[in-house]
Amino acid sequence: MSVPATEQAAPATSDAPLLSLRGIQKSFGAVHVLRGVDLDVRPGQVTALVGDNGAGKSTLIKGIAGIHAFDEGEYTFEGQPVKVSGPKDAADLGIEVVYQDLALCDNLDVVDNMFLGREVGSKFRLDDTAMELRARETLDGLSVRTLKSVRTHVSALSGGQRQTVAIARAVLWNSKVVILDEPTAALGVAQTEQVLLLVRRLADRGLGVVLISHNLNDVFEVADDIAVLYLGQLVAQVRRDEVTRGEVVELITTGKSEKNGGES
Amino acid sequence: MSTSTTPPEEQNTIGSLTSAYLAKIRGGDVGSLPAVLGLVVLVVAFSLLRPDTFTTPLNLAGLIGQSAGVMVLAMGLIFVLLLGEIDLSAGYTGGVAAAMVGVVMSNHGWSWPLSLLVGLLTGAFIGVLIGLAVAKVGIPSFVVTLAAFLGLQGVILKIIGEGGTIGYRNEFVLKLNNGSLPLWAGWALAVIVIVGYGGVSLLTLLSRRKQNLAAQPMLLWAIKTGALAIAVIAFTAFLSQERSPNPTLKSLKGVPNVVVVIAVLVVVLGYLLTRTSWGRHVYAVGGNAEAARRAGINVPWLKVSCFITCSTLAAVAGILIASRDNSVSPATGGQQTLLFAVGAAVIGGTSLFGGKGRITDAVIGGLVIAVINNGMGLLNQPAATVYMVTGAVLLFAAAVDAISRRRAAATGRV
Repeated sequence: MSVPATEQAAPATSDAPLLSLRGIQKSFGAVHVLRGVDLDVRPGQVTALVGDNGAGKSTLIKGIAGIHAFDEGEYTFEGQPVKVSGPKDAADLGIEVVYQDLALCDNLDVVDNMFLGREVGSKFRLDDTAMELRARETLDGLSVRTLKSVRTHVSALSGGQRQTVAIARAVLWNSKVVILDEPTAALGVAQTEQVLLLVRRLADRGLGVVLISHNLNDVFEVADDIAVLYLGQLVAQVRRDEVTRGEVVELITTGKSEKNGGES
Repeated sequence: MSTSTTPPEEQNTIGSLTSAYLAKIRGGDVGSLPAVLGLVVLVVAFSLLRPDTFTTPLNLAGLIGQSAGVMVLAMGLIFVLLLGEIDLSAGYTGGVAAAMVGVVMSNHGWSWPLSLLVGLLTGAFIGVLIGLAVAKVGIPSFVVTLAAFLGLQGVILKIIGEGGTIGYRNEFVLKLNNGSLPLWAGWALAVIVIVGYGGVSLLTLLSRRKQNLAAQPMLLWAIKTGALAIAVIAFTAFLSQERSPNPTLKSLKGVPNVVVVIAVLVVVLGYLLTRTSWGRHVYAVGGNAEAARRAGINVPWLKVSCFITCSTLAAVAGILIASRDNSVSPATGGQQTLLFAVGAAVIGGTSLFGGKGRITDAVIGGLVIAVINNGMGLLNQPAATVYMVTGAVLLFAAAVDAISRRRAAATGRV
């Protein structure tokens, strides 16, 4: 089964970026990690962020998520310049990150995990029914068919199901941008397909999706846009259908390609 | 199967319920089952061996009084065990709190409510110090509470004076863990427990059904409520018999007062753990502290609050032990009290690895420990044997915990 390349929303929405970075700089002491990164995340599109180890992918998403602020550069969200100086600022804007280790509590069930830290109901009387209904609604909205019961403990779930729960948690709060860090890294073939299908569905719902991946198969299967980081610089952000796999590999490894060599 | 379909109504025969339950156990989720089975085996064994002394209302009432302190201490420990931490000093925290109650109540003549408040605040204060050392300074709880274990022994000696005791004379405080309820009150308590449990679980079941959510089958509800009703009625009836060796001199009958204290604590603490956001965060931190932190939970503060809860309940336990003994001595809350309480929690099904445990574990585990102690005593076994058997039971319970955990991890990834 392959992921249908649905791009029906592309022409109408691709003009105005949801999240836009210009000239981002970030150093850790003497190490200059990000050197003038420009990135656009458009609604309804999957933007793949690729690059070799140490290219600055993690630093970039941590900056977007407010875990450590950028030193310099413009950060605009929905056309407005914003200042994101903590994870809460990013969450308030509607930016959610699904980290590679997922951060789920094995001893709690799916509903409890999805609402962890943001429980519904009064502090002294949780509304478990409302939470369960909303969790199911969200999972149904994403057409998740792999979870038997939302009251299953996470310890009993497979890797793909855990990834599904983590992604569903990220979209539960009407988020606008979801950043996924290597969502398929630890998954088998069938589960990878399920997760990629889910990633596509997020975009089809109008969210801006940033997909970090080392796997070019995944990238070419699901992404609309490919942004390549090379040694702290965004050397290219191109439409998937305008590049070949070989060109992307070349960009990742050398920072330039014959076709896009001039861009930076 | 999808998440949106109507919950299946299939589990409605005894057979399917049994197989579902067996599947759950095979998956490593044993809950309190080993403890309940162990309790039944122990009670049957001792009843056969010592029918005229073990199975008497007098002995049962005594057993409850003896174990009440350990049970309440175990309830407190469950809060820190859920985090994957430990409090070795909880026994002596109870001792210090009981000593403070003795000082203000017996030596300074304060009223009992004020004195008990002093005791609880003493416990809470010790909890704050331990919690800050663990959560803010970052010392392992094992070391912090080992230090407190030694230090608090010194504090008790300082308060009471070497070799001394402080007698409790207040009628109310003494009655806490000595007296019994009037017969009508005992039966009223039984009705409240049965109707309360049955009613609340029925309402939950019906409201979940109305919302089209998976609810436990009606049959299961009936079985659970029925079993509880039988147990509670049998317990109350048994204790409502005359148990005084010399009834003409002084009549002794009715459910012990301390059962009310334990019942209230089970309900209140159980509610805190299962129905409030604080309780949910306790489980979350015990399950994956990093995930909890990223979800915006203030982990250090949550840890401090759990140590405060533990130490405050330890104070309650200390007061109950002192009430039983009619006095406080430097040994109150000492010796094997703490290890029995840790044992009670673990035997009841609380995990030493954190993230798993319920308040009722303390009650079931506490009863197991009390029955072993009591029964072995009646068999005229020397203390040496009692210690060895209790140690073996604790080791067995910890092994069940470790093995069921491994099993859950192995079968979990379906």
